[in-house]
Amino acid sequence: MSGEGRLTRYGLRFVALFYLAALLLLPIGVALVKTFDDGIGEVITQITKPDALHALKLSVITVLIAVPLNTIFGIAAAHVIVRTNFPLKWLIGAIIDMPFAVSPVVIGLSLILVYGTGGWFGADLAAQGIQIIFSTPGIVMAVIFVSLPFVAREVIPVMQEIGTDQETAAETLGASPWQTFYKITLPAIRWGVTYGIVLTTARALGEFGAVTVVSGNISGETQTLPLYVSKQFETFNSVGAYSASLILAILALGTLLFMNLLRRRED
Amino acid sequence: MVTYLSLIVLLPLAAIASKAFSDGFGTFWDAVSQPQAVAALKLTVICSLIVVAINAVMGTLIAWVLVRDEFPGKGIVNSVIDLPFALPTIVASLTLLTLYGKDSPFGIDAAYTKAAVVIALLFVTLPFVVRAVQPLLLSLDRDMESAAESLGAGRARIFRQIVFPNLAPGIAAGVALAFARALGEFGALVLISGNVPYKTEVASVFIRGQIESDNIVGAAAVSVVLLAVSMTLLAFVNLIQKWGLRHER
Repeated sequence: MSGEGRLTRYGLRFVALFYLAALLLLPIGVALVKTFDDGIGEVITQITKPDALHALKLSVITVLIAVPLNTIFGIAAAHVIVRTNFPLKWLIGAIIDMPFAVSPVVIGLSLILVYGTGGWFGADLAAQGIQIIFSTPGIVMAVIFVSLPFVAREVIPVMQEIGTDQETAAETLGASPWQTFYKITLPAIRWGVTYGIVLTTARALGEFGAVTVVSGNISGETQTLPLYVSKQFETFNSVGAYSASLILAILALGTLLFMNLLRRRED
Repeated sequence: MVTYLSLIVLLPLAAIASKAFSDGFGTFWDAVSQPQAVAALKLTVICSLIVVAINAVMGTLIAWVLVRDEFPGKGIVNSVIDLPFALPTIVASLTLLTLYGKDSPFGIDAAYTKAAVVIALLFVTLPFVVRAVQPLLLSLDRDMESAAESLGAGRARIFRQIVFPNLAPGIAAGVALAFARALGEFGALVLISGNVPYKTEVASVFIRGQIESDNIVGAAAVSVVLLAVSMTLLAFVNLIQKWGLRHER
């Protein structure tokens, strides 16, 4: 390679690494150092406060409900989009993508307008004694809405690629649709599904905007971990905010590692 | 499946549109044309445009370095790109505030400025262009470039006439997704932007303010404007993808 070529290459490499450092690594590094300003004991005190633990618990519960539902929905949706044909099919695809294009705050507002007091179903639900907004079901719905497309988006291309030969063969040999799905389709799409689940989990765990609007943000009740972080910051307990962030960051890092393992496996 | 979609996505979005126009078009127009709403929408669009322009250049550059360059630790750099997708936005906001806020160890205080809005949006949108361009670069046939080089084309010309046209659909798709994300972003902005009306208040923060002050019709009206812009973008992404597929065949 010519000297000029090498110079360009080093230049581009430097620019790319500098940009990533300034935007991603430095802020996270500095925040990490700041978290332990008052020592590790203080961090442990902060994250074991009842409100913090409750927030973590609510976040985990939300993820445990939202992620399985979206996974089943995502696989079903991918199947319908790839394997069936009917008029207006493109519309289903477009609707599934919608959450990517809608602001989380708008998502929260839209749920209030249907399920909140004064909303379309608000009065009927209240008459049944069901409260959705400012309570856990609302938080779960908001999280489902924002993380809806991930599994379908990951599974659709895989399903398109594997084709229908094996499925048809299984059916010809007398397998029931459920057997065909379980023994042929599912193993073939498993990496796509797993990748989709990882993305869904990350988004569900970290969602802030939509949850803020529907949850009411009551400490120890309807506060998820990201809401807890912002509340601690607003009430000038910055150590509390950083400590809770650390938990979220560790979970995010775990997600990231998992994503990479998967990508390597695919290759 | 249709019930699930309807209950969670369609009905709520329909409710927004219906609420926005519930007092007639006049009220809708008043709500979206009031100065604070206009300022918020304008700031959102301008910042998002700046952000996607930077993303288009930096995203392509990073993708190029990750595909064509070799250096120790490249694998780690490649995995770090997904960090903004994995990290909760509120944590992103907090970390950016630590580095670029008033207690910055480097003395860069950008908190509560438009620059802070741009930085936060750059953080959350980083992966879109990189991840859209990377596979295209990987599958790009290098023979074409070698041929052009042996025929005497300069590096700039090779990039302009061979590499760029092949990457363009990826850049465009990544940019559109990043733009949609930037338009609606909330979590990454709350702590660092300061949410100062007319100055650093973006549309999503404005909508949240209207909800809190119980002006639901106003909130819904601005939401409809945001929705309309994002939907157009999404349709655009779909068109590009179709065009990209046709290109391959």
